[in-house]
Amino acid sequence: MKKEQTLREPFVRMVKRDAMPGWQRACIYALALLLALIVCSAVIVAFTGLNPVTVFKTMFETTFGTPDLAWKNRAMSIWTTVRDTMILLCVALALVPAFRMRFWNIGGEGQILVGGLATAFAMRQFGDAMPTWLLFTYMVCFSLLAGMVWGLLPAVFKAFWNTNETLFTLMMNYIAIQIVSAFSILWEAKQGSGSIGVINKATKAGHMTTSWLSGAFGTKNYIIDVMIVLALTILIFVYMKYTKHGYELTVVGESGNTARYAGINVRRVIIRTMALSGALCGLAGFILVSGSSHTISTNTAGGRGFTAIIVAWLAKFNPFMMIVISFFLVFMDYGAKGVATSCGLNKAFSDIITGIILFFILGSEFFINYRLVFRGGRKEAL
Amino acid sequence: MSQNAIELKNISKYFGPVAANHHVSLTVRKGEILSLLGENGSGKTTLMNMLSGIYYPDEGEIYIDGKEAAIRSPRDAFEHGIGMIHQHFKLVDIFTAAENIILGMEGKGRLNLAEASAKIRALCEKYGFKIDPDEKVYNMSVSEKQTVEIIKQLYRGADILILDEPTAVLTPQETERLFEVLRNMRADGKAIIIITHKLNEVLEISDRVAVLRKGEYIGSIETAQATEKSLTDMMVGHKVDLDIERVDPVTPVPRLFVKNLTCVDKYGAKTLDDVSFEVTSGEIFGIAGIAGAGQKSLLEAIAGLETPVSGSIRFIDPRTGKEEELVGKSPKAIRDMGVALSFVPEDRLGMGLVGAMGMTGNMMVRSYRDGKSLFTETKKPRVLSEDIVKQLDVVTPSINTPVRRLSGGNVQKVLVGREIANSPAVLMTAYAVRGLDINTSYTIYNLLGDEKKRGSAVVFVGEDLDVLLALCDRIMVLSSGQVTGIVDARSATKEQIGLMMTQRRKGA
Repeated sequence: MKKEQTLREPFVRMVKRDAMPGWQRACIYALALLLALIVCSAVIVAFTGLNPVTVFKTMFETTFGTPDLAWKNRAMSIWTTVRDTMILLCVALALVPAFRMRFWNIGGEGQILVGGLATAFAMRQFGDAMPTWLLFTYMVCFSLLAGMVWGLLPAVFKAFWNTNETLFTLMMNYIAIQIVSAFSILWEAKQGSGSIGVINKATKAGHMTTSWLSGAFGTKNYIIDVMIVLALTILIFVYMKYTKHGYELTVVGESGNTARYAGINVRRVIIRTMALSGALCGLAGFILVSGSSHTISTNTAGGRGFTAIIVAWLAKFNPFMMIVISFFLVFMDYGAKGVATSCGLNKAFSDIITGIILFFILGSEFFINYRLVFRGGRKEAL
Repeated sequence: MSQNAIELKNISKYFGPVAANHHVSLTVRKGEILSLLGENGSGKTTLMNMLSGIYYPDEGEIYIDGKEAAIRSPRDAFEHGIGMIHQHFKLVDIFTAAENIILGMEGKGRLNLAEASAKIRALCEKYGFKIDPDEKVYNMSVSEKQTVEIIKQLYRGADILILDEPTAVLTPQETERLFEVLRNMRADGKAIIIITHKLNEVLEISDRVAVLRKGEYIGSIETAQATEKSLTDMMVGHKVDLDIERVDPVTPVPRLFVKNLTCVDKYGAKTLDDVSFEVTSGEIFGIAGIAGAGQKSLLEAIAGLETPVSGSIRFIDPRTGKEEELVGKSPKAIRDMGVALSFVPEDRLGMGLVGAMGMTGNMMVRSYRDGKSLFTETKKPRVLSEDIVKQLDVVTPSINTPVRRLSGGNVQKVLVGREIANSPAVLMTAYAVRGLDINTSYTIYNLLGDEKKRGSAVVFVGEDLDVLLALCDRIMVLSSGQVTGIVDARSATKEQIGLMMTQRRKGA
């Protein structure tokens, strides 16, 4: 049973690194990004024959506006990018407490939808009958409440019967989609397209961007989104780092037994945290409906509940890092769409580019955590 | 063929800036039992992991049977005839012994279990194992499971056996039987490496002792020429006093009454069966028993983490003199009354500590609720962490380093240090020195002794009978959830307690 030939040292081995200084880490990320762009360029040339520089330039221009355009139009492009960044950031922030507790809430999509639906309901129901401040109070409360209920259901089942939260939250997404479909038939179109048009089109009641709320800020339509979400960023940072709640949920996530020994009521923490996570997703639904789409459809959430998971993980749950990551993902998405239209490419092609870049960025994590030792190289290494 | 089964030359292994092993050279001869001795964090396990293919050395060479070998994976180790018996068994519970033993082996044609069983019986015959190959593993005792692990390695043709703390989970009688088997294997020409902390066992079983200290090879010595004292000196590098100071309890008053306590697990089986005892202030009350005899259930019931089906636990509060029933109170209420529990589980971190947090965060597990503010208060926990680092010599880069990265001994110091910081009236510790080296163990014993002198009632659940006998005032023995006796630790013997650990209460 013994092999006769002498076994050689493995060609390459992984060795775990110590913590790496920040600048070195930044270099690795930059290098990964550079490599990703090179690979993207190669792919672009190979498949489309287009000049990669044109493609990248188009991506920038879609997001930030073309330089030769009037400032007002450019501002519009930038604001749209910022707005979408903020909504994505809001969802990612909502997921942070749940993920820190190791509660894998992949039901952000559904929680956003019910939040949006609740907002739309308030707009339709009270839109013309109420002073703006009261209407907005209702809209915000409804969206928070709806999202909270959607988050609470799986949490209660997890807390009391230890059901699997991943499946549960995922299923809740589909229920939310069906409910939104049902309402679009109920409210608007019993025949035809079945989509709800812009709610309160004439009065614009409940439209965050056009009501007196933003009047104070002139044309900078989306400043309210930005203020809400940035305030939320700070709040979540403080909540996770400095409050007793944040401490409790971290302990529950790290070790259920330790939490039990510390006398933490684990059930209560699970339920409370998911109520918060769901409610904040619901708030993202409010921002979407009141702030940008002014309507509700099954596509309103647009996959943000899932994209936000990537944001949260890439940022390692650091709320400030999330701003950067959200922006990057939104930039990629817009850029890709721009490339699709102006270069006459399929949208799928632009997804490939996003995929390549994400692959390299995630892959670079490996080099941050490990270093490679090659055969024969170890003597010099000392 | 060479006389050396294994020869390690200048082996080094680094984890980041830490040298787990630094230029270790070591030989193991055929037909000998070598004890590998060293404090926690001295690099024993790392060294053995390089032999069993889990790590690859950064420097140095390994010779097996005189030929240079590269062990890149557990499979390579197996092909070189190296078998490791880990502390935690890797068996499939619902399989029989024979099925577990042949699991993962490649063979041709149909599976012939009968043939395997016959082969296993022959092995048992040869070395003196007592085991039925067709018995299911879940029906087996800890010692039988260990036997299955050993046979598994022999069945695969291992000539070099590494046992990692094999006696930690065994009763004295079972240990004796294991040693018998090891001697038979030695007679058969196998090379055996045994890792243990128990010096008396080292002296009893091994031919040679190799000592590691802080990752470096200190030397080896023929067991015949070694004494407990000389080995300890080699291990720790300076002379240590091996006697535990035991003072008589001063003005003991009753502190805790446990009466007819019965607990059941989730399947309805009794984990505690009609347990009664009392603990007084100023004493260390030991609890002995083989693993799973009800120790955990008992401590958790007292701490309010488990609800007993019947019985009562009464606590006499030293501040008020009032008698309070603990059954039915929340864990937090019980702790606030001054009943502290530090339980060190197998993985050291699971109960009581949060691995990803630093010392400060872990101190807050107890105190984070203080004050009415919404925010946590971090100043006091930080001061407490610094105090513990100073008083207990915790080795950590900073109090913010995640405790997961600390070595086992330091983790335990953090846990025990936190529990005694509140000066509890009752201090319960389970396995406080689990896997700790001698030096650190004595630090912990002294801490418990200090608590006792302070008038606290200390409940000490332990594994090592020598320590229980030396440290405690009285020892209660549990067997299958029943009390088989309470003895005076000053007059009882190891054999007496060992027997009680396996005995069933008469008439029950």
